[in-house]
Amino acid sequence: MTATLGGTPTIVLVGHGMVGQRFLEALAERGLTATHRVVVLCEEPRPAYDRVQLTSYFSGTTPEELSMTDMEFIKDHGIELHIGDPAETVDRAAKRVTARSGLTVDYDTLVLATGSYPFVPPVPNKDAEGCFVYRTIEDLLAIEEYARSRATTGAVVGGGLLGLEAAGALKGLGLTSHIVEFAPRLMPVQVDDGGGAALLRTIEDMGLSVHTGVGTQEILTDDSGAVTGMKLSDGSELATDLVVFSAGVRPRDQLARDCGLTVGERGGITVDEQCRTVNDPQVFAIGECALAADGRVYGLVAPGYEQAETAAATIASDEASFTGADLSTKLKLLGVDVASFGDAHGTAEDCLDVVYSDARSGTYKKLVIGRNGELLGGILVGDAEAYGTLRAFTGSVPPVSPEQLVLPAGDGASVQLGPSALPDEAIICSCHNVTKGAIRGAVTDHACTTVPEVKKCTKAGTGCGSCVKVLGQLVTSELEASGVEVDKGLCGCFSQTREELYEIVLALRVTSYRQLLDRYGREGAQDGDGCEVCKPAVGSIIASLAPTIGANGYVLDGEQASLQDTNDHFLANLQKNGSYSIVPRIPGGEITPEKLIVIGEVARDFGLYTKITGGQRIDMFGARVEQLPLIWARLVDAGFESGHAYGKSLRTVKSCVGQTWCRYGVQDSVRMAIDLELRYRGLRSPHKLKSAVSGCARECAEAQSKDFGIIATANGWNLYVGGNGGATPRHADLLAQDLSDAELIRLIDRFLMFYIRTADRLERTSTWLERIPGGLDHIREVVVEDSLGICEELESLMTAHVAAYRDEWAETINDPEKLSRFVSFVNAPDTPDPVVGFVPERDQIKPDLPLLTIGTRPLEGSAQR
Amino acid sequence: MTLASETTTTTATATATTVQLRLTDGWFAVCDLSLLMPGRGVAALLPDGHQVALFLDRTGRMYAIDNRDPFSGAAVLSRGLTGTHQGHPFVASPLLKQRFDLESGQCLDDETVRVATYEVRAR
Ligand code: SRM
Ligand SMILES: Cc1cc2nc3c(=O)[nH]c(=O)nc-3n(C[C@H](O)[C@H](O)[C@H](O)COP(=O)(O)OP(=O)(O)OC[C@H]3O[C@@H](n4cnc5c(N)ncnc54)[C@H](O)[C@@H]3O)c2cc1C
Ligand code: SF4
Ligand code: FES
Repeated sequence: MTATLGGTPTIVLVGHGMVGQRFLEALAERGLTATHRVVVLCEEPRPAYDRVQLTSYFSGTTPEELSMTDMEFIKDHGIELHIGDPAETVDRAAKRVTARSGLTVDYDTLVLATGSYPFVPPVPNKDAEGCFVYRTIEDLLAIEEYARSRATTGAVVGGGLLGLEAAGALKGLGLTSHIVEFAPRLMPVQVDDGGGAALLRTIEDMGLSVHTGVGTQEILTDDSGAVTGMKLSDGSELATDLVVFSAGVRPRDQLARDCGLTVGERGGITVDEQCRTVNDPQVFAIGECALAADGRVYGLVAPGYEQAETAAATIASDEASFTGADLSTKLKLLGVDVASFGDAHGTAEDCLDVVYSDARSGTYKKLVIGRNGELLGGILVGDAEAYGTLRAFTGSVPPVSPEQLVLPAGDGASVQLGPSALPDEAIICSCHNVTKGAIRGAVTDHACTTVPEVKKCTKAGTGCGSCVKVLGQLVTSELEASGVEVDKGLCGCFSQTREELYEIVLALRVTSYRQLLDRYGREGAQDGDGCEVCKPAVGSIIASLAPTIGANGYVLDGEQASLQDTNDHFLANLQKNGSYSIVPRIPGGEITPEKLIVIGEVARDFGLYTKITGGQRIDMFGARVEQLPLIWARLVDAGFESGHAYGKSLRTVKSCVGQTWCRYGVQDSVRMAIDLELRYRGLRSPHKLKSAVSGCARECAEAQSKDFGIIATANGWNLYVGGNGGATPRHADLLAQDLSDAELIRLIDRFLMFYIRTADRLERTSTWLERIPGGLDHIREVVVEDSLGICEELESLMTAHVAAYRDEWAETINDPEKLSRFVSFVNAPDTPDPVVGFVPERDQIKPDLPLLTIGTRPLEGSAQR
Repeated sequence: MTLASETTTTTATATATTVQLRLTDGWFAVCDLSLLMPGRGVAALLPDGHQVALFLDRTGRMYAIDNRDPFSGAAVLSRGLTGTHQGHPFVASPLLKQRFDLESGQCLDDETVRVATYEVRAR
């Protein structure tokens, strides 16, 4: 590339979308950001984000989470990013770009990555209020707002991939939804008639109305100009409050046209195999705005990424070319799998179709087989399990017959083709063009042992995500093949997992940690003292099974006391200076004035710092060990009990005020929260358990961020599971809908007991749900459909727990032997720990930290014995 | 004062009933042996204000180290969980979980850190 005389050469990127961002990364990887000034003009009000996952915004993904731009990356590479400032003109003679703000930049290399715009058919009133397109985060925000405030019905024009996504989103927003498609079937580009029929049935079963073979002729409006419906080409009218156009996209090539670059007949900036425009070697075009050398405009992200790499390589004077790409797609819409790959429509000469179709279950699978038996492509509707493997086999002869690949499991002939059968050149991740060989290399040469590590190392799986399943299978089989003993043992003392230990304890009624260690521990660990990892884990297993296996459920009983983490041992939370905090249970967050006064009095009398917690209760900090029983005694006397703020057990069940007071409430959320908190209190589990109950869909109790969250509906309760706050937040998944009180409780009983049984130590329900094979579907099968036949057992385990519950604080203050442990010094029970000191802050106390740095401090008159 | 970081700790088998700690000026009686529980510690206050964490393992051996957690400054090591690491007894701080060898006082997670150890016996 020619450099500006005397200066650093400048690369200007117009468009900071998915492909633009990928181009920047490719520049950085090649060291070009160090040798070039890089200026980016970004039209949207936010830097590049994941457009492919756009629809996940409606299932709770925030715009921030969709972002693909690491600002550190931009800063570290000295990239000048101008957000909200689009390029308006390009002067190719002067090699100058002018942006809307008036900013001008002289370039040596110009890269256009302006993407596409949604095509809106020129029907009358297409710009009426209530008409939208579906392309940017801003579009979604506008649709959401309009749907919430002004619409009950929505219609999507276009039944392609994006149209179905948009229709799913409208349905998710609570609108009655219609899809209007001009072609005779849905997803006309990806599927054939058979696939379209299977898809249609499933989508209609979900309550979406589909109108195929009709076009939109006119948008109907009311006097104020807002949408009221549409007129269709068959003469009928469809009433709707909102219209989303999703009738295809067109390359954004206006800027290129204006500066005299060649564009294709149907749009797209014409480029060569290096992604250079055919008119100007200084100007490149990549992504959806480009008309590639094979004469196609690609509307998918994977080919765009390849073009980004090609352009960056060319700028770095490396060999690279983009000659074409695969158009495979997989989509999971409202739970229906749809996938197509390779030559899905069988356009090659002499090819044959192998079709399996089951109209009843809405499953349709077609494979296109070439003359020599090679797999050319296919369509999968309703069951796309095999997509990852099949896609990777495309172009080669699969090792088993095609019939076996499409027949459903259980019909004898079916074969599950593992990824181990794939050749090394097979592309596993088409978004990032990662081969099976590269993934194997990540495991064997780069010592990656987990899917997240492999993702980081190869980028595989970080695009559309459709290859992650195969990725997981590959990583495991590769690890096993390379002889890596994946030690799944709990710790240095046990080679079993927590789940296996649970089964041993339950089956053999083992009530003693020592017995378990000596019989089932690793060789060198038997007869030893265990460790800080397995002791609390086993302590927790024994505690959660106590009534069933015949152990004492009291965690300070006998040997159990020695297994507990310090917090459980002192039934309070250790603070940084050695003092403790105390959290009484306040079920559902509901509390009487009298009880509030007691908490106030206790805190005042013992000089404790008080704070309202994030869990709708009150924490009192700064108690010395020897004060704990005295404080509990006062609290227990007033009707309080331990809130288990310390244990890996049920914490709080938060509630909103619900139907009783709130004008929107449809169920009594407070009562349900109290019932649940009292039912599951004290239940020891692999990690802490949190819950919340909201009285309506407004969700003031934030139930969807809880391990089990409940949202009231007009007909009962919806149960969500696997939510999490913390460092890696996760929204909970809907497990079951419209449950009665009894059904709800029964299902939670089963869910919790199944979790306690199978989770790893310190694994929240969120990570557990994502780890276990089959995920949510598997959990639903087990706890709703009872596929393992264990539901009765799970329920009876819970019944036993509920019946055996006793308050740990009350139990402790009534046991003089246990009480004797609550002293700072065994030889001076009346002496407080001198390093626990406090200083004032905002009218309360806080730990005196300088006191801790002193280490030792001579004591006057310290008591001895 | 015996800040006996370099001396090895002797461990005694519990035959008698009073737990004693070796200080510079002789054996110091702490408490009755029955107050120790296998696998858990207790804290003892020394005449000079120092604090000692005392532990008993499942075979009846006793260990004594300084009670101060050098990482946080809090006097809490007696409240940690104990265990065996490669045949050696240790306690894990209840605050940030660093482990200390009960015989040498050596921190197993940071070789530059060591706590004082004491000779302990039961008479
Ligand atoms: C007191 C409180 C903060 C406050 O002043 O509001 C608190 C305090 C602590 N939290 Fe929390 N969390 C508190 C509400 C929360 C919440 C909000 C909620 O429950 O709605 C969350 C996010 C929700 C969630 O858990 O999914 C929360 C997520 C965490 C996490 C991250 C968990 C995760 O899965 O990523 C930890 C660390 C852990 O458990 O490993 C943690 C750990 C802790 C510990 C135990 C850290 C420690 O080991 O010292 C803190 C000790 C409490 C103490 O000393 O009393 N705390 N913590 C809140 C007590 C609520 C209660 O009434 O019981
Ligand atoms: C809802 C949805 C779902 C999708 N699902 C999939 C999928 O599952 N799989 C798949 O492969 N693809 C999918 N796609 C397509 C995929 O998002 C695109 O292929 C990809 O975003 C193309 O990247 P790009 O950078 O070329 O264009 P874009 O991401 O559109 O970026 C172009 C950017 O350039 C900006 N721009 C335009 N003109 C200018 C100017 N003059 N100055 C400055 N900036 C300008 C635009 O504002 C835009 O931000 C989906 C798209 C949508 C909308
Ligand atoms: S969730 Fe619904 S019922 Fe509960 S307080 Fe909020 S708006 Fe009211
Ligand atoms: S195929 Fe899209 S992320 Fe791998």
